[in-house]
Amino acid sequence: MKTSETTPLRIKGARIIDPASGRDERRGELCVSEGRFTDRLSEAESRRAVTVDATGLVVAPGFVDLCCRLGEPGRSARETVRTGTLAAAAGGFTTVVAMPDSSPPADNVGTVQLLREICGREAAVRVLPAGTLTKGHEGKALAPLGSLRKAGVCAVTDTVSGVQNNEIMRRALEYAAMFGLVVLDHCQDSSMTEGAQMHEGAWSLRLGLRGWPRAAEEIVASSDCALAGLTRARIHLQHLSSGGSAEIVRQAKAKGLPVTAEVSALHLLLTDADLGGYDANLKLNPPLREERDRLALIAALVDGTLDAVCSDHSPCTATEKDCEFDQAPFGAATLETAFAAAHDAVVADGHAPLAVLLERLTSGPARVLGLEAGTLAAGAAADFVLLDPEARWKPSAAGLLSKSGNNPLVGRALRGRVKSTYVGGRKAFGA
Amino acid sequence: MASRDTWTKKDLTGIEELSAAEIGAIFRQADKFLPALAPGKGLDLMKGRTVVNLFLEPSTRTRTAFEISAKKLGAEVVSINTTASSLVKGETLRDTAMNIRAMGVDAIVIRHSSAGAARYLGGVLDISVVNAGDGAHEHPTQALLDAFTLRRKFGDVKGLKVTILGDILFSRVARSNILCLSKLGAQVTLAGPATLVPASLKEAYPQVRLAHDLKSALSGADAVMLLRIQHERQTTTHFPSLAEYTSQFGLNAERAAWLKPGAIVMHPGPINRGVEVESEVADGPRSVILEQVTNGVAVRMAVLHLCTGALRR
Repeated sequence: MKTSETTPLRIKGARIIDPASGRDERRGELCVSEGRFTDRLSEAESRRAVTVDATGLVVAPGFVDLCCRLGEPGRSARETVRTGTLAAAAGGFTTVVAMPDSSPPADNVGTVQLLREICGREAAVRVLPAGTLTKGHEGKALAPLGSLRKAGVCAVTDTVSGVQNNEIMRRALEYAAMFGLVVLDHCQDSSMTEGAQMHEGAWSLRLGLRGWPRAAEEIVASSDCALAGLTRARIHLQHLSSGGSAEIVRQAKAKGLPVTAEVSALHLLLTDADLGGYDANLKLNPPLREERDRLALIAALVDGTLDAVCSDHSPCTATEKDCEFDQAPFGAATLETAFAAAHDAVVADGHAPLAVLLERLTSGPARVLGLEAGTLAAGAAADFVLLDPEARWKPSAAGLLSKSGNNPLVGRALRGRVKSTYVGGRKAFGA
Repeated sequence: MASRDTWTKKDLTGIEELSAAEIGAIFRQADKFLPALAPGKGLDLMKGRTVVNLFLEPSTRTRTAFEISAKKLGAEVVSINTTASSLVKGETLRDTAMNIRAMGVDAIVIRHSSAGAARYLGGVLDISVVNAGDGAHEHPTQALLDAFTLRRKFGDVKGLKVTILGDILFSRVARSNILCLSKLGAQVTLAGPATLVPASLKEAYPQVRLAHDLKSALSGADAVMLLRIQHERQTTTHFPSLAEYTSQFGLNAERAAWLKPGAIVMHPGPINRGVEVESEVADGPRSVILEQVTNGVAVRMAVLHLCTGALRR
């Protein structure tokens, strides 16, 4: 991403919340110099500084997304680095982890370099590429993890292909740990989900759609925890959807296993009952589950069992989604509404204070990958957001920046909104 | 016609969307059409109109019934089946339907392997769409003709005990029948092996009773609806073999005796003789299988007439 000289900033009047340090000031002041946070501006800087009146708003570190897709290389009909990172900025995300299931996949140094080159030109926020765990994310042979690490991947994952073979997963964990790479795993036992379209339950029965049982996720969450125990290697469970999976992580953490986990914002807000009208934009992997799962996921997020809220941004073109439900691809474009969805479900509904949710969007995910992000500490890159927790709004198709319109929250009233986003002290989104 | 006053829908995509009054309107209309089913008879209510049967999944019986229904009303009928359709060339369902629409068609009858396809098409098109089966979701005209048959046999569906036996999990006929019979006040029992009649059906349809024991499923029932065991749809994990199914759940004369005296045996067809039903029962005095076929034409005539009529008014 582009960097250049930035104007010093003084943000005044806002409530400042920095979960990493526990700072929570009613009406504080935040200063930015040379693209970094600073305790105070010099006199010379003060004279040049732009003052931002953020009265009534909340200032927080820029969000860190552990799971999104930016379309490049190879899927630019769905998204480009430009549109995807503009959408990220609109959603308050200043650092995003790009999944490696591009075309070709990021299972080789060249593809990672290409993505980094595109990002250097086009990206509006910081993009951290993830590499695949196995070649072609086919789950058969390990990808060149050491070379991928050198090329700059921040983590490795086979994304929605999952790793179906426990022996390969075990060796992958051991091998990745040698390079300090965290393995991210999408938990899905494919043998139980062939042809599956949505959560297996009353709604899948009514709609006549092939069901996707919770157990298909929980079995892999369990085996991942067992392998973390065996190898003592870091593993992070991606976008869990089942209350049972959250419980498995809770127990693993209680045993001291090196396991972390995340949940997508949509899974905090919606359930399988929302699929009653066959809205293909709600066809997600993992699927939306029942109200009791939703509440269990919120509880697990609040008590720290789940470390992060991710967007799981998976753009699909309107044409791809405009078809019979079982022929539509999985995924939703969610970067721009992730904060609003999570805030609506967790904070506005009274399950936790704002600071807790912000921790799971900033220092929580940063800690998962050991990133220097998600903090307002002096000296850190000045990535931050201005939020209006009181805002009521309805996302509109015309107002979204993602190249793909498959955001299922279009037209839905949401509570809480990102007003502006700064990356390295420069405005990336907002008025 | 009086019954038209309670009918305002251009589409019939599922029983779920119908009220008991709307189901009653279809029945009253079908009553009026029954005499037109005699050979040499026919009506001209849809003269000059065109109905396209867009069948994207193999079907002989339902397609034929819809063709005859439309022709008995005087409509022109064109049937497209999956191999003839340009869908195999990669055209989307929307484009196929819009092209048919552009040729000046009044109604599309669709059968599709995807659940929700008829509802999707109904939202896309401004002409009538009738669901002839969408995946494992609904097959509304089958449920309507089944309930119509029960009504003709017993006078009223309300209070009847009806057992649906077989592959409930994968069956659109079962789903539509559960909804239709419940709306009309019948008590529904779902029966079959636990893999095809999972306990979670009770969550989806709290009003039904589940039974995995055939004797308890059949005892006291006024009617049993047998479902075709579709081995091609069930992966081998759902039951061990057809022979095993027959030994546990096949309906023979001995087991049919567990039904109430005067009870009837129904089947949406095509039947697998010797699998879900023995010939002695299929051809026996309790069987109303062929009456169902006849009633199916009258009910489909009523549906086509009412749906296209709703657009004309």
